[in-house]
Amino acid sequence: MSSSRNDLFSHGEEFLQLFKRGAEFTKELLVENERLRGTLANLEQEQADATRTPEDWEKYREELVTRLQDLEQEYESVRVRLHQVEEENKHFASRYIEVEEENNNLANLYVASYQLHSTLDLDEVLKIILEIVINLVGAEVFAVYLLNGDSGELGVAACEGAESTEFPDCSQAGGILVEALEQAAPVCADPAQATSLDRPIVCIPLIVQERPIGLIAVFGLLQQKEGFTALDHELFSVLGGHASTALLAARLYSQSERKLNTIQGFIDLLTK
Amino acid sequence: MGLSMERQRILIVEDSPTMRQLLTFALRRLKNVDIVEAQDGMDGLRKVSSDHFDLALIDINMPVMDGLKLISLIRSEESLSDIPIVVVTTEGAKEDRERALSLGANEYLTKPIQANRVLSVAKGLLKRD
Repeated sequence: MSSSRNDLFSHGEEFLQLFKRGAEFTKELLVENERLRGTLANLEQEQADATRTPEDWEKYREELVTRLQDLEQEYESVRVRLHQVEEENKHFASRYIEVEEENNNLANLYVASYQLHSTLDLDEVLKIILEIVINLVGAEVFAVYLLNGDSGELGVAACEGAESTEFPDCSQAGGILVEALEQAAPVCADPAQATSLDRPIVCIPLIVQERPIGLIAVFGLLQQKEGFTALDHELFSVLGGHASTALLAARLYSQSERKLNTIQGFIDLLTK
Repeated sequence: MGLSMERQRILIVEDSPTMRQLLTFALRRLKNVDIVEAQDGMDGLRKVSSDHFDLALIDINMPVMDGLKLISLIRSEESLSDIPIVVVTTEGAKEDRERALSLGANEYLTKPIQANRVLSVAKGLLKRD
């Protein structure tokens, strides 16, 4: 019984092997069939080409030449358009850089004028002027002179980089200061000439309604500051205009506060 | 459904209100950032210790605690040691720069600053395009 079973299994195995070989052979036949179909199609095409008359070939050649010319024209127009787009792109890129720089400059000017008008305390205004000149202009040694109402002389109200007593009197500093006050506009000298506290390199008059109330004199720049930019000149104008009104407003506020306190004191005395 | 970008926090430690405003103006051009200001080194230390920040801009010359001291304290604290730090200062000497970088600052910018330079440095350290 077991031997007949074994015979049955071995016959089954043989049949399975035979079946697998048949399947593989069929696959190979299908691949070969496909290859032969392709070859046949190519040969039929070649035969069709070979049966063309010279006129047919000429017509075919002309069609190809026309198509080539069309493609060349298209290529040329695309090339011209690409060149135009590249030029536009360059223009937009440089315009973007300009606008970004303008934006940065405007931000600096906005911040400077915002801060100057953010307080009515005289000491705070002076402190803000110092901050602007240090952080935005890049000056290291400078002084803010204010006109003393009683004496009519300019004295150092705030300074940076040296003691207030080291800064020259306006009569000693002469030249550029007088020029700035006469012109009622900032005057700049060559920053490379900044050698001592005798000669300021920038003088910014502080003028309100054509009356000078003081000036800012810069005697030295930070090490990393190479020279003045267009933004610096804009900042000088902002300082000359906005700092002047901020200082005047702070002074007037301080005076009016004192007067108010005095009057209030009298009223309190009278009403007691 | 798109994923919204996580907001990043930037700390500005600077005693000058003018500079704080200017730096805030520049950095507000970045999307999805929250900007926190501190007015001196001690204030900066309190804020950086109590909250997470992705970037810190620190001035050097400040009252109460200067920027170099603040940087060395931040770098000595393990939980804070990875915060990228940009120094923004008037000190332009090479040795000042080297000192700040040796204490752990990632970048060193000198005043007067260019807003686009601040922005580009911030983008690089926040790893943005």
